[in-house]
Amino acid sequence: MIHRNRRRVRRDKTSAIVMMVMVIASFAFVAAMAVGLYLKAQPLLSDHSIWQLLTAREWKPSQNEFGFLPFVMSTLLVTAIALLLALPLSFFTAVYLTEYARTWVKKLVYPALDILASLPSVIYGVWGTLLIVPLISKHIAPHFVEFSSGYTLLASGLVLCVMVLPLMVSLFVELFSAVPNQLREASTAMGATPWQTTRRVVVRSSIPGMIAAVVLAVSKAMGETIAVLMVCGNMPQIPHSVFDACYPLPALLANNYGEMLSVPRYEAALMFSALILFVVVLLFNLISRIILNRVKAKD
Amino acid sequence: MAMKERTVKRTAQPLVVKNLNLSIGGTPILKNINLELPAHKITCIVGPSGCGKSTLLKTLNRLTDMTDDVHIEGSVLLGDQDIIKASGVELIELRRRIGLVPQQPTPLPMSIYDNVAYGRRIHKLSRAGRQMHKSVLRYLNAVGLVTEVKGKLHSSASRLSIGQQQRLCLARSLAVEPEYILADEATSALDPISSRTVEDLFVKLKEDYSIIMVTHTLSQAQRIADYVVFIYMGEVVETGTADQVFNHPQHELTQNYLKGIFS
Repeated sequence: MIHRNRRRVRRDKTSAIVMMVMVIASFAFVAAMAVGLYLKAQPLLSDHSIWQLLTAREWKPSQNEFGFLPFVMSTLLVTAIALLLALPLSFFTAVYLTEYARTWVKKLVYPALDILASLPSVIYGVWGTLLIVPLISKHIAPHFVEFSSGYTLLASGLVLCVMVLPLMVSLFVELFSAVPNQLREASTAMGATPWQTTRRVVVRSSIPGMIAAVVLAVSKAMGETIAVLMVCGNMPQIPHSVFDACYPLPALLANNYGEMLSVPRYEAALMFSALILFVVVLLFNLISRIILNRVKAKD
Repeated sequence: MAMKERTVKRTAQPLVVKNLNLSIGGTPILKNINLELPAHKITCIVGPSGCGKSTLLKTLNRLTDMTDDVHIEGSVLLGDQDIIKASGVELIELRRRIGLVPQQPTPLPMSIYDNVAYGRRIHKLSRAGRQMHKSVLRYLNAVGLVTEVKGKLHSSASRLSIGQQQRLCLARSLAVEPEYILADEATSALDPISSRTVEDLFVKLKEDYSIIMVTHTLSQAQRIADYVVFIYMGEVVETGTADQVFNHPQHELTQNYLKGIFS
């Protein structure tokens, strides 16, 4: 008996060590990625300061001018537009599906959302090129500007919005469904309307989860490459309106990775762009985590 | 000029259930229920597990709407208003008049203060500020919580003990000035001391409110009931004053239930 118990304790200790190694490995991968990117970007960082690289606007690799501001701004603006559009859309869709829709509507919509979420991003890109780009250049932009090719910040934001929408709806649906029915009953029993119950009870209970869902969606949106690359216009400039072309960091990487060997410092510059993306996503996650902890502490 | 606090006119009308049938997914749960539940009394609905007590209680303020595939026939009358046929504004007002205290304490995800103020806000019974503050304190006082939560009114309600949470739920229900309070095994999740506190509260509250309580504990019903309804397999078997039902039961099923032959 004692021998058998010893074996059980030994197994328990072994599995705890294995799991700890796995956790350390996960952190090590992230750290290795950051260090690898930094080392690869070192040739560029040796003759340019980080501040200089982040604030410069000119992108002329052949003349050793590497200004990343247009790319950083494009990334942030495209993500912001996508999120601004996707957040209310996904929120109200999820509220409708969980709080108002009949069972047959849910049975119809949920599989459609799963299909949308699993589509390869190139399909969204093609859809954007064939539908969104002409729509903007022919029907929307003429009301605001003299000329727009349609390959714009707006097109990128719209395509990205549609791409993150299924993910956000699914996450919100999961969150709202997880709110105990007793809370809904407690509110309804006092004479609250379904909307009052949703707004004051269901959404309120879900706020920490909603913050986490938005973080996940933003992280996905920031790194989205192919679809955005197909509709953004790929011009290294700071967009001054939604009808200007833009050039987010992932598109810069994907477009130029094959050509980098011919120009000195180009490889280092592209690695630096990957490092910026990495740090931006990391910072965003950290800030969100701080907000999330504050919200949880308040509850 | 400050707006006067809205006071709700309270009547002392019995709640009348007529020919009530309810099925869920085609399965009959309540069968031809006919009852007259007296005002300003504690009515205990007793019966074995799964006999339809909680479903009957939920039907009285139409919480059954939140269950899929429910079919209801008959009527539940409060004055001349039929709860079963009510919709829109009328249903919201009827739900305010018939409050519910749930089985499990369910504080809403907000502060203690906001929990009590919740109903008054949605029904616009008090204005924010001093008026609301006075109302919140009044209802916390009514359930004996006011001193216990002093200084932490704005902290999360989930931090209270289970017993305190259930009294908070009662305060929240009282705050919309209902005529009836439905309590669905409201003490089953509580420790004996908290359970006794809530029982005593119900006895005190019957002067101003009519209380309908589902209970699985016969001893509790014997302690506090004025009027008793015994349900078995979705049908009302016997009704009467507590003395009639507990001391002189007419039906064999009631006698067997009271003897503990089934539960």
